[in-house]
Amino acid sequence: MSHAGGNGFLLEGVRRLGSGAIFFIQLLVACVPACGRPRLLAHQIYNAGARSLIIIMLAGLFVGMVLGLQGFDLLQRFGSEESLGIAAALGLLRELAPVITALLFAGRAGTALTSEIGLMRATDQLTAMEIMAVDPMRYVAAPRFLGGVIAMPLLTAVFSVIGLFGAQLIGVQLMGVDRGVFWSQTQGSVGLRDVTEGMVKSLVFGITCSLIAVHEGYYAAPTAEGVALATTRTVVASSVLTLLLDYVLTAEFL
Amino acid sequence: MRANHTLEIGTGLFVLLGFAALLFLTTQLPASGLRFGSAKSGYHVTAEFDDIGDLKVGSSVTMAGVRIGDVSAIRFDSKVYKAVVAMRINPQFNQIPQDSYASIQTQGLLGGKYVGISPGGADEYLKDGSNIDQTQSAIVLESVVNKFFASYATSKGSDNSQNSGTQTQSKVPATQGKGADTHGKAEPQK
Repeated sequence: MSHAGGNGFLLEGVRRLGSGAIFFIQLLVACVPACGRPRLLAHQIYNAGARSLIIIMLAGLFVGMVLGLQGFDLLQRFGSEESLGIAAALGLLRELAPVITALLFAGRAGTALTSEIGLMRATDQLTAMEIMAVDPMRYVAAPRFLGGVIAMPLLTAVFSVIGLFGAQLIGVQLMGVDRGVFWSQTQGSVGLRDVTEGMVKSLVFGITCSLIAVHEGYYAAPTAEGVALATTRTVVASSVLTLLLDYVLTAEFL
Repeated sequence: MRANHTLEIGTGLFVLLGFAALLFLTTQLPASGLRFGSAKSGYHVTAEFDDIGDLKVGSSVTMAGVRIGDVSAIRFDSKVYKAVVAMRINPQFNQIPQDSYASIQTQGLLGGKYVGISPGGADEYLKDGSNIDQTQSAIVLESVVNKFFASYATSKGSDNSQNSGTQTQSKVPATQGKGADTHGKAEPQK
């Protein structure tokens, strides 16, 4: 589709951005009737959320444990190991949990969404729906988008909690930081604001990643190569945009 | 139908788990949130301090460096203008003399504050509701530095009286003798 070449690269990017924006508005309009089909929505929450749970939990555990090790090593130099809980909790809640969840989500659920919708396009299923007067935006795109948007904050919360316990596992059980001090210090300096920051970020990432995945799939070239290309673009665009938006949101919150 | 059921259960479990995690983050983590944690056993003693620094609820109470309990509440007594610190001591440490001495200390140079208890010599032991009479406030690093410079300036002022107007100006580092003197002042507080 994009035979624009080198000098048309910028134009192609702008076109894609505009197409994405229009698609986003169409999607939001289609989301209203999609809410009236909870079973479809539940199916997509299951696909995007429940089936990503294992990878999210595993990643959360190990990120938390690494944070525990690195944080302990760093804080030990200043003789304040008891602040490990604060470091781990703030790092996880505000940055690591939303970002890593979004990256994993783009890889795990985003690619599945793109290739699924892309194949529907390639095998003319979307056209068939249109012929039967079933709006594929309502029936295919909107539930998948909403499912991703709902799943992402929940996955992020799970990631944070598992990560925190991973850090506790290393800090308290392995390194010998006092359990009471670990939690009391954490509770003393983590505010509701930090939790909100993580949740707002994850919601924004959820919207971004789901939008990109659904959009790329919906407008994928109806060939095997086109679907492959769209899937690749989903991962690249989701990851880059997640990190970029993360900076913007962090600057906004601080 | 069978497959549909597993799907519903899976979705339900996932949403439930997500909200449970969210509930944990909002209620258990911030200090302002609700606490569902079970009340820990032990007996409570109180102590009054002039200055508790940044001692917090949950900070440890130690004896000879070993954690024996934690700070359960901090309030301000508006009659005597002192901070009243309530401490929960683990039940196995029930032989702390009545006339023990409580002081607020710092972990490392910049670490958090904790309460250290040095044993007294009385035969009576602390029990639930007792009060530790002898206390030593937190050492605030800035006030120690201030005190040091103040005493340095006054001694310098008495040495050469024409220089007494400038109190905080001290471009020369402290002499050995003065330094030792201030350390001597700070030592009993530790």
